[in-house]
Amino acid sequence: MTAEASRGAEAPPELVQLLTPEGERVEHPDYDIDLTPEEVRSLYRDLVLVRSIDLEAVALQRQGELGIWASLLGQEAAQIGSGRALTDADMAFPTYREHGVAWCRDVDPVKLLGLFRGVNHGGWDPKEHNFHLYTIVIGSQTLHAVGYAMGIQRDDAAAATLVYFGDGATSQGDVNESFIWASVFNAPIVFFCQNNQWAISEPLEKQTRIPLYRRASGFGFPGVRVDGNDVFACLAVTRKALEAARTGQGPTLIEAFTYRMGAHTTTDDPTRYRVASELEAWKLKDPIERVKAYLFKNELADQAFFDALDAEADQLGADLRRRCLAMPDPQPLDIFDHVYREPHSLIDEERAQFAAYLEGFEK
Amino acid sequence: MRREFKLPDVGEGLTEAEIVRWLVKPGDQVKVKQNVVEIETAKSIVELPIPWDGVVAALMADEGQTVDVGLPIIAVDTAEPGEPAGGGAAGTAAGAAPGEAIKALADDMVPRPPAEGAVEPGAHGSPAPKEERQAVLVGYGVKTGATKRRPRKAPAPPAAAPAAPAIPAAPVANPSRVEVTAHPVPARVAVLAKPPVRKLAKDLGVDLAAVTGTGPEGSITREDVRAAAETVAQPEARPARVAAPVGAEERVPVKGVRRMTAQAMVGSAFTAPHVTEFLQVDVTETMNAVARLRAMPDFADVKVSPLLLVARAVVTAARRHPMINSSWDEEAQEIVVKHYVNLGIAAATPRGLVVPNVKNAHELSLPELARSLGELAETARAGRTQPAEMAGGTITITNVGVFGVDAGTPILNPGEAAILAFGQVRDMPWVVGGELAVRKVTTLALSFDHRIVDGELGSLFLRDVGAMLEDPLRMLAWS
Repeated sequence: MTAEASRGAEAPPELVQLLTPEGERVEHPDYDIDLTPEEVRSLYRDLVLVRSIDLEAVALQRQGELGIWASLLGQEAAQIGSGRALTDADMAFPTYREHGVAWCRDVDPVKLLGLFRGVNHGGWDPKEHNFHLYTIVIGSQTLHAVGYAMGIQRDDAAAATLVYFGDGATSQGDVNESFIWASVFNAPIVFFCQNNQWAISEPLEKQTRIPLYRRASGFGFPGVRVDGNDVFACLAVTRKALEAARTGQGPTLIEAFTYRMGAHTTTDDPTRYRVASELEAWKLKDPIERVKAYLFKNELADQAFFDALDAEADQLGADLRRRCLAMPDPQPLDIFDHVYREPHSLIDEERAQFAAYLEGFEK
Repeated sequence: MRREFKLPDVGEGLTEAEIVRWLVKPGDQVKVKQNVVEIETAKSIVELPIPWDGVVAALMADEGQTVDVGLPIIAVDTAEPGEPAGGGAAGTAAGAAPGEAIKALADDMVPRPPAEGAVEPGAHGSPAPKEERQAVLVGYGVKTGATKRRPRKAPAPPAAAPAAPAIPAAPVANPSRVEVTAHPVPARVAVLAKPPVRKLAKDLGVDLAAVTGTGPEGSITREDVRAAAETVAQPEARPARVAAPVGAEERVPVKGVRRMTAQAMVGSAFTAPHVTEFLQVDVTETMNAVARLRAMPDFADVKVSPLLLVARAVVTAARRHPMINSSWDEEAQEIVVKHYVNLGIAAATPRGLVVPNVKNAHELSLPELARSLGELAETARAGRTQPAEMAGGTITITNVGVFGVDAGTPILNPGEAAILAFGQVRDMPWVVGGELAVRKVTTLALSFDHRIVDGELGSLFLRDVGAMLEDPLRMLAWS
């Protein structure tokens, strides 16, 4: 077959799905998962609470309390499913939208808000949670993550690295370089691409001519497309990929096929570039509704459970709001604190100068 | 106690926003996070959620008004009258309301005249919020007052507060708002409609409470909403807003055909990637043919215009290149190729643009086509074009030449893959057989949906139409 003849002749993309949008459990030959009712309820709880956190943050931004916010609306299952696949020893590298993964890593949600409220530069200790700080620059964390994974490899540790990025980031040089490094060094890493169909206003078809997961084979490692709105499938696929990484089988690219139901950030207006019918179609594939339907159909949860969870979500939101507003402004001199790990004479001098300058004002 | 919600910067460094629509009115109960207003900034249209539970005391800006970031736009009486909300220990940030907490923090940073701390309840609009840091929490947030921090400089008196507040008094008795809420009120019956249908209703401006559902268990279907939208095509005129500078501008309510046109244009422009190609054509022979046809008895009682031959050329060319006469089915991921031609003609009418089409134009003889075009134009001019006459078009001609212009880049009629703009015919110097001659020349512009039609196909189609107008005999040859 000539190159011309093979163009576009690939088989249609395959999607790993274990739970349909209607809440029906389906089987997959390569991926399976056995969840207790308790575990399903717990996954559902995470999905609901994370959405609540997200909505609260959007509201806070709309009230002028946050400078900006990147909503995860619609991507909860991709994040909770993959986040819950991590073990304590694994390390995760987020973009700026992984609020659900942060939740799985026990990062207090209010700490996520500090950066966006402009009162700190990060908010949590990455080592304490094995969850790196948010990275705003598109795709650069993939290189950090591969470096970290190569460290794990050299320490001979039983851990893996999970790095998040979006469909737009796959066009970045950093991401492609990280694929090469990971492949050549057989690094214990899982690349988790949340393909939410839009890189701000740029649609997927302007990023790629083939399904993203198929790019992996060109770099020499497996790629798989999973229904990113199916928390069961995301959990199963990520677990398997992380386990492969931990056992020396090298990297995997997971393309979580999902949809950004909100704006890129609160500064963006998606109605200017995408059609409403697209959003409507994806609403029918909502990641939370299908788990709810599953719980209902199989009588794994009663109305009391859902009511209690709704109340918990409301409470979580209200607490988050209160604690966000109570966050203190940073002190001007704090800016010198984390420049160097050890004391540094030049920084000390600059700090003293700035302190003297601040003293020059009337109280 | 009464709290004022100030217009926040919702988009990283914006300074103002327009109030598009109030979602509440004075007296309404509101809950924390409930959206109360829709605003449009330079970047987007967004809804703003209120940060408190309470009752709306006043709307402090009118719809259509542009408000500076940081000015109060709505006053809310919060649940606990007379005492600090939240009931938390005084002085701790714990129970303090959002705005207060921010102000408290801001107070640490910015010296201010002592009097300004407490806002008189109900005195909105009077204290100009000078000297106050606005609740913008990114680094380049705005500070309205000058920061006088140097020890030697005595704090400057606050810039003379303008006596006239920038914002009109609360429009409690605004007739438009009263009227809007007056009729759809009767007994709030639960409306059954699926979320996508609700969205559709919202988009089309249809009040679901007023729609009778024909779906299962009386639920409202998409068709019900569309039907309702048709009947309310002329929404009640909005009473005049606050007058703009006398006579300098005029506000024309967007309704009826204008609204449909706007929706169709936006839908088309954002859905189908448009490409436009141009071709200048010597149509001297077509003009001669028009003159000769007019003299024939078969055309005695119909109008023969150059448009007739353009229409015939388009139909003929569409039969030669069926893919141009098609539509994109997003849902099915298929291209629907039409083996019939419903030829749309864009018509300017007193009510706006309408695009009725000649059904099965490919089956008509030339006199029949002429008659159909004539009837269609007459109906449109009289404003009597029915929805069915506009539905089902497959390809369209827009005759911009009648307005005395040469060409345009037409926007596709939604659901079609091509549209041809026919420019004016005028005398132009033209090279014929190596000699300069004065000829009748026009410009054709073809826009096509680049998802379906490649440049090659578009060019072939346009070239064929041009060739037929250059030599009308080709219509015979290719029919």
